[in-house]
Amino acid sequence: MHMPLSDTLGLNLMAANQHQADHNREHFDAWNLLCLNVMSSPGAGKTSLLERTITALAPHLEMAVLEGDMTTQLDAQRLEAVGVPVVPITTGRACHLDAAMVSGGLCQLQAQLDPAALDLLWVENVGNLVCPAEFEVGEHLKVALLSVTEGDDKPLKYPVMFREADCVLITKVDLLPYLPVAVQRIETHIRSVNPAAEVFQVSASSGAGLDAWHQWVLATTREHTRQAALVEVG
Amino acid sequence: MHEVDMTKCLLLSLQEWKRGQEPLTPVVAAVHLQVGDFTCVEPEALRFTFAAAVEGTWLDGSTLEIETVPLRARCLGCTSVYSPDSAQAYRSPCCDRPMEEIVSGRELRIRSVDYSLPQQTSDPAAVPSR
Repeated sequence: MHMPLSDTLGLNLMAANQHQADHNREHFDAWNLLCLNVMSSPGAGKTSLLERTITALAPHLEMAVLEGDMTTQLDAQRLEAVGVPVVPITTGRACHLDAAMVSGGLCQLQAQLDPAALDLLWVENVGNLVCPAEFEVGEHLKVALLSVTEGDDKPLKYPVMFREADCVLITKVDLLPYLPVAVQRIETHIRSVNPAAEVFQVSASSGAGLDAWHQWVLATTREHTRQAALVEVG
Repeated sequence: MHEVDMTKCLLLSLQEWKRGQEPLTPVVAAVHLQVGDFTCVEPEALRFTFAAAVEGTWLDGSTLEIETVPLRARCLGCTSVYSPDSAQAYRSPCCDRPMEEIVSGRELRIRSVDYSLPQQTSDPAAVPSR
């Protein structure tokens, strides 16, 4: 009675997460905002960068942050202090944000404000160079950070993250004089695994290179929201 | 360990597929996956979490067969396909160009399911629902 059968599925293994991510992106598009997913290893400087960047762009863009953190709300408190709405997402044991967690964060955000008033939503992912690369949350673009103190081999050791990123920031460049690291070598390795990425060298502490990065965020957000508006009209 | 969350995604897809078989309850012998080398998935960890997750469920007794797919890229200098190597910074050996076009290695795919259908209708009470 047991006929051996086989069904070809050809499904994405991550289909369940992908459906939720696509659903999140539909919301972002309906609200006409750009969502950036910011990823790096722990301590590469995501929160410090966002403090500087949000402060600099506040006169030009309406922003909010979904803040992923395994156990604490320390990063969320730091970003709230720069005057931007922040929804903390405590992931518990999970070492990355997934689309369902971000969806939960969006519900909380909607309780605070009208997301349609936003231009840019930052998702600060959990510090990790591996897992977040495979879990889309509905972002339009991925931003990866690599601090110069982590060494020039990291783009080759964690190539998926740097390959998937649309923009890579080499952070803490103010520390270069004290390190046996050639920043050009870091950048070459990033470009070897991902020649299409935008690459910026920055320091949130000295402010070096931040202007170019801020211009990129501003231009990318304006381009995105303008195009989305055109689609709506068309 | 993100393989736990990936296993959850996999089980959700399989639940969906099972609903398509109703009112029969398929007995699954094997689930075949394709996992690319250029992903963040460790096949051993996936096998381990799958075995733990299906215990006592309708998938108990099924095996997870993982076919790994090597990373291959096309050199846009000469169009030849090569196997990128971290020791060469993933660059093409022929023209020393960066890894531009990935041909294979990013797969995370549920390829197929081997199963049988007993001649009985499913008893909803016996099926652990999600």
